[in-house]
Amino acid sequence: MATKKKNTEQGIDWNYSPSLESTSHLKLKKKYDLFIDGEWVKPSSGKYFKTVNPANEEVIAEIAYGNQEDVDKAVKAARKAYTDVWSIMPPAERAKYIFRIARLMQERARELAVAETLDAGKTIRESRDIDVPLACNYFFYYAGWADKLEYAFPNRKVESLGVAGQIIPWNFPLLMAAWKIAPALATGNTVVLKPAETTPLTALILAEIIEESGLPAGVVNIVTGHGDTGAAIVNHPDIDKIAFTGSTNVGKIIQKALAGTSKKLTLELGGKSANIIFDDAPIDQAVEGIVNGIFFNQGHVCCAGSRLYVQESVAELVIQKLKSRMDSLYLGNPLDKNTDIGAINSKEQLETIHKYIKIGKQEGAEMYQPKCSIPTKGFYCAPTLFINVAQSSVIAQEEIFGPVLTIQTFRTVDEVIQKANNSPFGLAAGVWTDKGSRIFNLSSKLRAGVIWANTYNKFDPTSPFGGYKESGFGREGGLHGLNSYVKLS
Amino acid sequence: MSRLEILKTYKIYIGGQFPRTESGRFYSPLDKKGKPLGNICLSSRKDVRNAIVAARKAFGSWSERAAFNRGQILYRIAEMLEGRKEQFISELIQQGSTKKNAEEEVNLSIDRIVYYAGWCDKYQQVLSSVNPVASSHFNFSVLEPTGVVGILAPQNTSLIGLVSIMLPVICGGNTCVVIASENLPLCAVTFAEVLNSSDVPGGVVNILTGTNKELNETLSTHMDVNAIVYGGDDLEALKQIQENAVLNVKRVFSYSKDWSKADSQDLYMISDTQEIKTTWHPIENIGGSSSSY
Repeated sequence: MATKKKNTEQGIDWNYSPSLESTSHLKLKKKYDLFIDGEWVKPSSGKYFKTVNPANEEVIAEIAYGNQEDVDKAVKAARKAYTDVWSIMPPAERAKYIFRIARLMQERARELAVAETLDAGKTIRESRDIDVPLACNYFFYYAGWADKLEYAFPNRKVESLGVAGQIIPWNFPLLMAAWKIAPALATGNTVVLKPAETTPLTALILAEIIEESGLPAGVVNIVTGHGDTGAAIVNHPDIDKIAFTGSTNVGKIIQKALAGTSKKLTLELGGKSANIIFDDAPIDQAVEGIVNGIFFNQGHVCCAGSRLYVQESVAELVIQKLKSRMDSLYLGNPLDKNTDIGAINSKEQLETIHKYIKIGKQEGAEMYQPKCSIPTKGFYCAPTLFINVAQSSVIAQEEIFGPVLTIQTFRTVDEVIQKANNSPFGLAAGVWTDKGSRIFNLSSKLRAGVIWANTYNKFDPTSPFGGYKESGFGREGGLHGLNSYVKLS
Repeated sequence: MSRLEILKTYKIYIGGQFPRTESGRFYSPLDKKGKPLGNICLSSRKDVRNAIVAARKAFGSWSERAAFNRGQILYRIAEMLEGRKEQFISELIQQGSTKKNAEEEVNLSIDRIVYYAGWCDKYQQVLSSVNPVASSHFNFSVLEPTGVVGILAPQNTSLIGLVSIMLPVICGGNTCVVIASENLPLCAVTFAEVLNSSDVPGGVVNILTGTNKELNETLSTHMDVNAIVYGGDDLEALKQIQENAVLNVKRVFSYSKDWSKADSQDLYMISDTQEIKTTWHPIENIGGSSSSY
């Protein structure tokens, strides 16, 4: 379903033929049980919930609703696997299992990509070219660490923690599972993982892959469910470590729940990242960077460049080019390889985004949305930008988690550093300038965990990721990511 | 009538090709019972020079590959070796090993390749640094491969010694010219076939057979070789190599370890054939704003 687009700048009508990715090679089950102790088991409540395709609201499969009893079963299996097998296995053998998982994922990459697009609404181009290959690479990367941990922590004895409880969000379902599981296994921990309720599919296919890899039973357990399932993991007394990626609100609840326990915690929470354009930046690349920063994955990105700061002297030009670029974005069926902007992950999230757009208008900011046809079924939101936004405005302060960009201007370097740092969050920032010395000035003064210079939304298994301030603590990726899963003595 | 077995012609490996030696010569090392192992190429000085040219040509693209990609390729070597285990075991037995030792040697070789595959995208993070200089500069040091490395494989093993000293060199993005064990050359030649089917670009590893006496000299005096890794135990030969190295200030590393030990592998074998590059970059220092939020 390619929508007809008009490029206003050049006055050309673009009309792409649809180029749909086939779903024929994806063999999904109608019903998915819980993956506990190497087996597929029915939820003790007997309850299942539906996972829907947000692009057309069709039900994809039924998913087991795990409760406290199921979580307990999973933790017991993980503890047993930890004590009996995984913690005593020679590290080089542990590595080989993780390498195997990485290879099997690579072999089933296309299937995973299609499932991810169906379940999450993200474009097939993104799941095929970014999410799935990166997820494979994180496993491949961390596999190699398993027998080299003494090099990561010189002069210390490195031990695993035990059972890790991991709760992941719906924006990068498979990739987040990889970020969590791979380092946990490499360091010798066993895992109980809960995928998000709207996007459990690829974690369940990953469970099939893990089964196929011959990984000892109980080393990885996948318990699907809702918020209460996650709460049961957080509060389980026999878990040694909680890793959570999600909203700052839920992160705070978890931090509170863990206060007074000996559980180790890492949080990767929300953000409101500044993307800063200086007047000497290559403007066209910067405009692409702005688009990628905020509209990538429909803006469902914790590190999205949602606050744009443009130097005053080029603001008019940047905004004009940005609008023109937005006019040429394709919104529609995520399975179409032409699509730039897919579906919003859920109805609930779409409502949240609409709420913020309404607030933005009420606050007096000037809104721009390109004219594009929104499919009648499914959850979609046109790319949106707000001009004349105040620093104190709600839409410039709170995380929207959708394709909504606020634009402010600045005159001096000092001013933009102050404005960019004026946020409770500190996950990432973008800096666009031709001047190397300015990049290093900004990167040393911005209070954020990741600084992208003349690029945005780049990820790599070797590169630590994580935030300052209310964006959470702990890092994922690279050598530093190992620290979240080890005890040093 | 029983079927007549096809005998293998053992070749050398240069630039991804399998020629016989340009000299047309051969030698016949003997097995423990005094039976010839085969007509092995007696490589010439010209073969060494050709191999160095091939290694230099391959260096640019191999060293500039993403570290992750090198890791994938090294892992692929392990996959290919796993699939041809039986052949290596039988060659090791042919060269005097017991079945049990042969199996252990091949298994350990595979695991060691996986070990170094894992290092490809990690050693940089462990060994490089950001240096807190006092001026307003961003100053960092990274590792870069030395270049073309001449490798003299250990004499007393056919496979594990070769794997143990070669893998750290290519893991770090160098290319190499290997002189195989003189009297136990079979696995080196067959290992070239594994490399050839493992996505390792031609020229990254070149493997020659012949006499050390003849080939060491050419390798260690060649002006386009940047380092020598010596795995033998002939101290006189090592001294000669060290003296020859002076010509173009080659780095010489000599290892004498029991390669059959599981822990005869480490990060610092990779860093031996690495250079350190330090970059200074100014940090703009204007205005009074600080990161006080």
